[in-house]
Amino acid sequence: MTDQGPLIPRNRAIHPPAYDVAYKTAVTRSPNLPLLSMESTPTEENGPTFGHSTLGPLDNNLILNYTQGKSPAVGERILVHGRVLDENARPVPNTLVEIWQANAGGRYRHKKDTYFAPLDPNFGGCGRTLTDENGYYQFLTIRPGAYPWPNRANDWRPMHIHFSIFGHAFGQRLISQMYFEGDPLIDRCPIAATIKDRSQLDRLVAPLDMSAARPMDFLAYKFDIVLRGRRQTMFENKIEGM
Amino acid sequence: MVQKLDTLIETPSQTAGPYVHIGCIPTFAGVEGIYPEDLGKRAIEDGAKGERITITGSVYDGTGWALRDAMMETWQPDAAGKFPGEAGADPKVNGFCRFAADGESGVFTLETVKPGRVPARGGGTQAPHIAVWIVARGINIGLLTRIYFEDEDNEGDPVLSRIEQRHRVDTLIAKKTGEGRYHFDIRLQGENETVFLDL
Ligand SMILES: [Fe+3]
Repeated sequence: MTDQGPLIPRNRAIHPPAYDVAYKTAVTRSPNLPLLSMESTPTEENGPTFGHSTLGPLDNNLILNYTQGKSPAVGERILVHGRVLDENARPVPNTLVEIWQANAGGRYRHKKDTYFAPLDPNFGGCGRTLTDENGYYQFLTIRPGAYPWPNRANDWRPMHIHFSIFGHAFGQRLISQMYFEGDPLIDRCPIAATIKDRSQLDRLVAPLDMSAARPMDFLAYKFDIVLRGRRQTMFENKIEGM
Repeated sequence: MVQKLDTLIETPSQTAGPYVHIGCIPTFAGVEGIYPEDLGKRAIEDGAKGERITITGSVYDGTGWALRDAMMETWQPDAAGKFPGEAGADPKVNGFCRFAADGESGVFTLETVKPGRVPARGGGTQAPHIAVWIVARGINIGLLTRIYFEDEDNEGDPVLSRIEQRHRVDTLIAKKTGEGRYHFDIRLQGENETVFLDL
């Protein structure tokens, strides 16, 4: 039952608007016309599933996965963990969570990133995992560095990790970013500022979580994610128009 | 004050940024050796039933420039209209595919089978279509649209029927350019802006 039926219509007000003049690339990449409102159909209510056979044992360990366990990445070791829930506050089990990030110096392993900070030969920058039956996930990684980017004359991205989450329906698909508690660059970032509601932006800022940190090994940050839910109603099977 | 609802609010979206490929299609970004292969590399496996098709196109911004950094995901049923996981679905159809616009030309390519008709909400069917989700730098929340086919019966499709400005229906219809070949461009903004879905 939880995996069938129409999605709760998306509340666009809690998301960033497409057009935002302070984020320059958005200016020419934002639809001008209203989106077509519709109810979800079976196309969006289904979605791909991924099994454990897809994943390797180091996939969620960014410190080690680039060298397949041979040599650890440089940086502040952190655990990033949390739960994936839906709008009905139910855990989303067995769903794929993918992350990507810059290295400790703020440099991505990408042919288009030409920032001065050097590549770390032991860091690739991506990881993935499936949530468990309670919607829980975890990654071991290093804290990414802040980096400058071409937007206004001197814009810097706060430290962040990119998150991609599937859910169980194509219509639940979400990409977002996790920020770190206490980073002064969050309040100066035009991308963070595309989210107009401060309480919504705060939900992307992961708190330091000493309860999950391991002494003499890693700090921990907690990041819970909420995906869209499905309408819960006893009347779902009534004839159309009732 | 009123009673508090026990529902949660969706996590807000943020742009996938210019380096989305590292996380989603690492070999495209030049990050090799972490995963055996990129996820969603193929929409279908050898032996999938139905008509094999290739869809090519580009994603254009408001100035008419083809994006070189867009990433797309598609989701579709098999040739009989069954989604993966449904009883009787073609096991050779993955349904899901992930691909990037070419870094030099901005052209994307999807190789798959023509999807079948699928049920509509409340009875009836939807014309054959492929759901497409587009993310890139500058796109603050992923854009959802659909590819329909000009050589299919699109009459009465419940989604196409909702489009008031009838000439805009055309933005969702792939043009046949040869046997099993279609062209489908996505225009983010401006003249002939693609119809994007809000559901
Ligand atoms: Fe980034």
